[in-house]
Amino acid sequence: MTTAVDTKKLTMVQAVTDGMRVMMKEQENVIVLGEDVGQNGGVFRATDGLVGEFGDKRVIDTPLAESGIIGTSIGLAMNGFKPIAEMQFLGFIYPAFNQIMTHASRIRARTLGAFTVPMVIRAPFGAGVRAPEIHSDSVEALFTGMPGMKVVVPSNPYDAKGMLISAIEDPDPVLFLEPMRCYRSTKMDVPEGKYNVPLGKAARLHEGSDVSIFAYGAMMDVVTKAAKAAEEKGIKCDVIDLRTLYPLDKDMIAESVQKTGRAVIVHEAPGTGGLGETIMSLINDTSFLYMKAPVERVTGFDTPVPMFALEDHYLPSADRVVQAIEKVTQF
Amino acid sequence: MEKQFPKLQIINENGEWNDETYRSEITEELTKELYTKMLRSRLFDRKGVNLQRQGRIGTYVPFEGQEASQIGSALAMGEGDWMFPTYRDHAATMTFGHSLKTLFLYWKGRQEGCIPPEGKNIFPPAVPIASQLLHATGAAWAEKLKGTDRASIVYFGDGATSEGDFHEGLNFASVFNAPVVFFNQNNGFAISVPIEKQMKSKTIAQKAVAYEMEGVRLDGNDVFAVYFHTRTAVERARKGEGPTLIEAVTWRYGAHTTADDPSKYRDQNESATRREKTDPILRLERFMKNENMWDEKWAGDLQESLTAEIEAAVKEMEETDAPHYNDVFDHVFAENPWPIESQKEAYAHSRGDR
Repeated sequence: MTTAVDTKKLTMVQAVTDGMRVMMKEQENVIVLGEDVGQNGGVFRATDGLVGEFGDKRVIDTPLAESGIIGTSIGLAMNGFKPIAEMQFLGFIYPAFNQIMTHASRIRARTLGAFTVPMVIRAPFGAGVRAPEIHSDSVEALFTGMPGMKVVVPSNPYDAKGMLISAIEDPDPVLFLEPMRCYRSTKMDVPEGKYNVPLGKAARLHEGSDVSIFAYGAMMDVVTKAAKAAEEKGIKCDVIDLRTLYPLDKDMIAESVQKTGRAVIVHEAPGTGGLGETIMSLINDTSFLYMKAPVERVTGFDTPVPMFALEDHYLPSADRVVQAIEKVTQF
Repeated sequence: MEKQFPKLQIINENGEWNDETYRSEITEELTKELYTKMLRSRLFDRKGVNLQRQGRIGTYVPFEGQEASQIGSALAMGEGDWMFPTYRDHAATMTFGHSLKTLFLYWKGRQEGCIPPEGKNIFPPAVPIASQLLHATGAAWAEKLKGTDRASIVYFGDGATSEGDFHEGLNFASVFNAPVVFFNQNNGFAISVPIEKQMKSKTIAQKAVAYEMEGVRLDGNDVFAVYFHTRTAVERARKGEGPTLIEAVTWRYGAHTTADDPSKYRDQNESATRREKTDPILRLERFMKNENMWDEKWAGDLQESLTAEIEAAVKEMEETDAPHYNDVFDHVFAENPWPIESQKEAYAHSRGDR
């Protein structure tokens, strides 16, 4: 028997706010800090209303210093708090890279578990919203390649809230990436109160037997369109939303490609050093003999994200994904 | 600290003399030049906000209210000097030589908006906060090593003083005695965060003390104070007497960007009051009237010719050919390495272009 749970129609950004609210209500030690997160409610309104509800000792407008925000969050986390630190944009995280790389991610290892850093770093990211320069970087791979960090990317409001709650409950640092293009693109029924979407688990958005498509974040919309177009040509796609980028859901990736024998990987981050390479190596390790065609990747280029007049060229399009699907089926 | 670093002023809010040191240099010609440049930048700024609202450019970053700070300081710089602006400093860069068309192109999401005019050392706007202070220090240090008397000016806001790069920039300039003018525009807010939450220091100028550097605090809405005190700092830099930190106290009337809503975090009546009371352009107009430099016809003609200049720049911006996607690939390195070349070919192929 299931119990009816009340739901609310929320956008992704509202679901993120709700996830923080639920955990702040439940745990006194959860705090939110960052630039403009208080009175202003964040530049995307992700923390809207939280300072009114929880006060300025728990929702903190910090001085403008990313390294300062992350560095002090590490100290707070090691001393009993669960900071949710907001980076205004992922493209502004670089001053904090040192703190994340040399401290947040490895304090547990350095002290054999005597000190831990249970914190969440939230950051909007990705291109396609005509943002000014540097605001559109997709550098998730810098962090998936960083030992000691978990990296997650929801693609819809339901997952955003459930994964954020799981990230806050996680005993280790989690980079929680929020695709800007998904912030207000759709509304979805989101349960009130607490629920978890587990980290490390991908989700199958569409079942198919011919080609596996692996993507995440804002690319889910692109690959869903491509899968529909492919279906009209008789190609059935198994569409997988990876959701967690480290650690990847190895089992679902293997299960899917062992069924289809073909894979297309899509991400807007640059191809070289991107998640596509990691997924290809996983396919190689788990499913080499099942493959009927070389894996195709549709990715951003090995270039800086151009200013917005050119960003549509940079971003993988449904057309490019369809071409890749056709290529692996015609091999 | 406010006593040690008083807010220097040459003319007050009513356009009356407060400090007559530079009286002989404040000619009608200089005054009209400053007025013209300030009005030009204000009209440009308002056009930028309107173009964004009409969807003809992307997010725009307005500076209205900060014209005296940017123009007085930029005018104090010389031909071969270096300028390192932020994304809010187009009044400074247009004064130092950027074309209005280039500035509009930047806000239209065009890479061409980052290209300096021939022979002008203007860096692209710094988007990450405070990073540019180190570049300005490095460029000034290079001039010193080359034995020239050129200097750098670098712009940044009150929020930037919280970043590590601010302190590193000042310290390097101090240690290497680099000819830099660190020009801070303290407009009281870093997006939504008021300066009282940003720092406990009463002034920004006092931060110079820690680096054994000259610190100057001035009324950033008094274009004469900005111009003459910046000029002094530049002269000192040229003579090898080291860097200066200038704090220009000013105010942005509008939003942080066109994507921001200031009513979320402050009472916008404050901006309305300041428009009447402390506006930099209105103050200069009052001064010109007091000094019998004001001429209604001149002002009217000026408004008309500047408006025409700006409209012409908008037209040029809008008539610029769409960029080619090759620009995404062809400027990352001097020569495309194979991964970029193969991505470029694959992309062209995917479009049926080859």
